[in-house]
Amino acid sequence: MKKRYLILLLYLVFLMLPLYWMVNMSLKTTAETLSMFSLVPREPTLNNYRVIFTDPAWYHGYLNSIYYVSLNTVLSLLVALPAAYAFSRFRFLGDKHLFFWLLTNRMAPPAVFLLPFFQLYSSVGLFDTHIAVALAHMLFNVPLAVWILEGFMSGVPREIDETAYLDGYSFPRFFITIFLPLIRAGIGVTAFFCFMFSWVELLLARTLTSVEAKPIAAVMTRTVSASGLDWGVLTAAGVLTLVPGALVIWFVRNHIAKGFALGRV
Amino acid sequence: MDDKPINQKAWFLVLPVVVTVAFSAVVPLMTVVNYSVQDIFDPHTRYFVGTEWFEQILHDSRLHGALVRQFVFSLSVLLIEIPLGIGIALTMPRRGRWVSVCLVLLALPLLVPWNVVGTIWQIFARPDIGLLGRAVNALGIPYNYTGDPTDAWVTVLVMDVWHWTSLVVLLCYAGLQAIPDAFYQAARIDGASRWAVFRYIELPKLRGVLMIAILLRFMDSFMIYAEPFVLTGGGPGSATTFLSQLLTTMAVGQFDLGPAAAFSLIYFLIILLFSYVFYTALTHLGRGANR
Repeated sequence: MKKRYLILLLYLVFLMLPLYWMVNMSLKTTAETLSMFSLVPREPTLNNYRVIFTDPAWYHGYLNSIYYVSLNTVLSLLVALPAAYAFSRFRFLGDKHLFFWLLTNRMAPPAVFLLPFFQLYSSVGLFDTHIAVALAHMLFNVPLAVWILEGFMSGVPREIDETAYLDGYSFPRFFITIFLPLIRAGIGVTAFFCFMFSWVELLLARTLTSVEAKPIAAVMTRTVSASGLDWGVLTAAGVLTLVPGALVIWFVRNHIAKGFALGRV
Repeated sequence: MDDKPINQKAWFLVLPVVVTVAFSAVVPLMTVVNYSVQDIFDPHTRYFVGTEWFEQILHDSRLHGALVRQFVFSLSVLLIEIPLGIGIALTMPRRGRWVSVCLVLLALPLLVPWNVVGTIWQIFARPDIGLLGRAVNALGIPYNYTGDPTDAWVTVLVMDVWHWTSLVVLLCYAGLQAIPDAFYQAARIDGASRWAVFRYIELPKLRGVLMIAILLRFMDSFMIYAEPFVLTGGGPGSATTFLSQLLTTMAVGQFDLGPAAAFSLIYFLIILLFSYVFYTALTHLGRGANR
């Protein structure tokens, strides 16, 4: 029993060490980082964070990212919910092919779509908008959302649908007032995945934006190459990119394990 | 599962997904196909060149190198992360307040933007300012991931294990949670060994989640881009240049549209083929065992 937890503990330490090192560096001045090696900051400073919170170029990056990620999560769920219901409840012409076709989009490497995306969104006037990034990320998030939600919905007995229709519920009313509350956990898990994959993606987000909708991850790469390496500010920005994700995990922590289990197992 | 009623009206429910995904998938894909068979000088001057780009790219040694590296990398990723993920999931506590703490800590690496993962490992592994780099060198093992191809390769692999094993753990943990206690009690009465419990109770129940885990890890490791790009820039030499990075260099850096488009199609087809094989193999496996 003890040995078991020791392994787990060692693994968690392995996960946390690189993160600790980043936090450690973000609390030092760049000069201190480069001049001496220390496990804890000698003179802890919040200056690096102050730079980020006072410079619009930095904090707009965060706002842009949060904006398009939220937009993507909401849109993905909205289109995926009815589709997942259709896949879980009915057979229709070409359903299996359609399902696999959707999954193939999750398999497409973003690098393949880089140039065409740039041209497509430029030609419809969406370049450098939040909606463009949200739409582009739907390419891989919608298939995943349909996949996960379909699993959850198949776990709900079909008798519930039939009883509701016999009671005179219309489809939209049944779907919203009865069915959606039943798969709350599934929606939570799906939202978590949509948020996660959109938040961490860089290649498409960077290609489809230049100024107005520039994501924080791209702001970071540009700063690295332009002004030399300011390790302090760079790591502080890195630490701050962890915050939204950590908040989301905290909210869905009880759903994650239960959610997966109800889903595609 | 096959007693679902046939209802063609279900297409209306699927339509929004088809339209949104088609906009972002079919149009760009056709553009790529278009590029792959034409030589384009400017938007008004283009020639049909047939399969020339495909022939050129198939004989490109850079592609061969990247392809081999990519397969070795994806295979290593699966071989390390799947068993490790199952193992860690087995060590997790089943209930109690530590469950939430473990889950949150485990999920943390998954929520780090991919280029930040590169940055984290860069500062962690650098021989001058990094904890790992310093520690390994202090142990007397020469280590410099920017100069030595083997070190760079190992660093990228360890980084991916750090980044993605948690996904396998979370999936497996959820699968384990779904096993009713009665199964374990029956095994105890039968005097089953720990290994027998794992082999005949836990592993079969994990098949569903393992299928998702293997598929996701294969697809994602096969298109890895941002992490090695930030960490090593594909170097030293081209030791850690994987397919996505080579493609991006060709398409955006050198603007070789034709060859890049042909490359894209070949790349996409490889992923598609392998994922399809995994997908069918694993669904058939699951069906055979459950019923």
